[in-house]
Amino acid sequence: MTLNRRAFVGSAVAATGVLAAPMVMGASHGRAKVVVVGGGAGGATVARYLAKDSNGEIDVTLIEPTRQYYTCFFSNLYLGGFRTIESLGHSYGGLAAQYGINVVHDWAIGVDRDAKTVSTAGGYMLPYDRLILSPGIDFVEGAVAGWDVAAQNKMPHAYKAGSQSELLKAQIEAMPQGGTYAMVAPPNPFRCPPGPYERVSMVAHLLKQINPTAKILIADPKEAFSKQGLFEEGWNTHYAGMIERIGPDFGGANVEVDPEAMTLSIDGDVNNVDVCNVIPAMKAGRIADIAGITEGNWAPVNAADLSSKMDANIHVLGDACAQGDMPKSGFSANSQAKVCANAVRGVLTGSTVFPARFANTCWSLIDTNDGVKVGATYEATDEKIAKVDGFISETGESAQVRQATFEESVGWYDGIAADMFG
Amino acid sequence: MTSWPAITCTVVALVGGATMARAEAGGDPDRGAEMFRQCAGCHQVGSGAKNAIGPQLNGIFDRSAARAEGFAYSDGLVRAATNGLAWDFDSLDAYIENPRALVSQTRMNFRGLPNQQDRDDLLAFLRIYSASPSDIPESAPTAQAVDHEVAPEILAIVGDPTYGEYLSGECTSCHQTSGAANGIPSITNWPAEYFVTAMHAYKDDVRTHPVMQMMAKRLSNEEVAALAAYFEDVE
Repeated sequence: MTLNRRAFVGSAVAATGVLAAPMVMGASHGRAKVVVVGGGAGGATVARYLAKDSNGEIDVTLIEPTRQYYTCFFSNLYLGGFRTIESLGHSYGGLAAQYGINVVHDWAIGVDRDAKTVSTAGGYMLPYDRLILSPGIDFVEGAVAGWDVAAQNKMPHAYKAGSQSELLKAQIEAMPQGGTYAMVAPPNPFRCPPGPYERVSMVAHLLKQINPTAKILIADPKEAFSKQGLFEEGWNTHYAGMIERIGPDFGGANVEVDPEAMTLSIDGDVNNVDVCNVIPAMKAGRIADIAGITEGNWAPVNAADLSSKMDANIHVLGDACAQGDMPKSGFSANSQAKVCANAVRGVLTGSTVFPARFANTCWSLIDTNDGVKVGATYEATDEKIAKVDGFISETGESAQVRQATFEESVGWYDGIAADMFG
Repeated sequence: MTSWPAITCTVVALVGGATMARAEAGGDPDRGAEMFRQCAGCHQVGSGAKNAIGPQLNGIFDRSAARAEGFAYSDGLVRAATNGLAWDFDSLDAYIENPRALVSQTRMNFRGLPNQQDRDDLLAFLRIYSASPSDIPESAPTAQAVDHEVAPEILAIVGDPTYGEYLSGECTSCHQTSGAANGIPSITNWPAEYFVTAMHAYKDDVRTHPVMQMMAKRLSNEEVAALAAYFEDVE
């Protein structure tokens, strides 16, 4: 796609605005068509809400390559032994059978913004009135010297759940006594800000039982990280002496890995490691780039309806979008999906569009029954999704409060899974 | 944050809603970088910034005043910090407008920036070097001026269940519409009166759960009623 064409599409949209949508609908002699790409917390939720609330007035197609979806949230708990991998898996059967969503297990590989069609690897061409992209993340090439996706078998990222999670856990279980688990933590912004540090907690929990003399080494390019005080308090309490984090002041941003030799160099110091969990810098899932709606690594969107700033007929949800203050999390994507569904349904069927409102809460588990959380509410401004109010667990909370927080997180998992898949 | 209520009120009172819009637009950080030249004789910011004549300014938003490690502050600024001065949009805005008006014995020898746009741009530049909510969710959105009081609507009793259904999306990320309860309680089919009473108990901090307090506090009385009407009869 050329820059000229992009500019042209942009200006055409600006000129006709939302009025174009009903005209297209009329011209298609059928139900309005929404194509959703990506069946995670954003995509599954928006597909379900559109289908559920439109009483058959909207034809919803969901394109998702995997038949069984593994949630990234709670995959750290699988590493720690608190969940089975099976308990994180969800099928799309309910969305198809209960809500009449056309679930297509295929890869979306092209978007023609003029013709308003999506093409798939399987050779389908799907027309849309509105396209909703919720493709999650991909990794920035060359972000960690020595690592590319071909090395993910030796040095897993496990930042897309499923086989990568199983591989990482098997590697940790196979570590020699007294061995080293290393993590290369990602720079901001990235999926699930507390995720790497919850993962360290869960790996420490596992190692404490099966390999108590093992070490954990974190190379971190960031000065500070989410829930830092809570994690560091927990690491001191539960895993004293096990975890070493090297921040940017000591070269944590200057790393290189060698997947063959199993080494991690931090600021030139070569460490032999037994497991190397490389979580590279992230960007929007590739289809956003293919559609030509990214700026830098992410797809900028308008806060009120998650519509792309470059194409009013495309919306982008979840980790892939640049929206403002919300962290990239499953909860955020689920929250954005409901606002987007309400707005898209309004445009396509004339239903009432209520003002956007968003929320997020991230729970993390530090050790058995030691749960913490951070959350906030958000609103749409002209500029961005802006934080309104928030809270965070406090250091030194009682064991009862921490256990209640963990139990609440288990309830939340069931809640959001039901909200995504029915 | 307990920072400087008197100053906050003045700012809000003078410019009202415009403060919000302008602050959210966030100023122009590029122009702010130019403004910063007049500060750079004393202050460093960015990668590798160190204390010099003045303290380094990384992470200035969101922290208590007089907190740059290893910097010897004036007694005046230390006292202000002890009294609760913390740096956010409003307090920094007041400080750089006229440092001595905010902290009478500060050693910051700067006449101040009388122009609001100049201050907005400078603060937008400085805000880049502090934690952002999207990266560290517990960070306060300190780049924006906080507009506190919206006059409370009093009792719109009859809830609109259609609106309630939309609002319920905020509940169903955790609470299940099926009524299943496991770690998180069921909220379906409560008599509306009980539902409204419980939500107001969170709004007023009588019930203590922090997530629920946060969710309830942003709901108007009308919205609480709408949710109650929807959940009362949900199937």
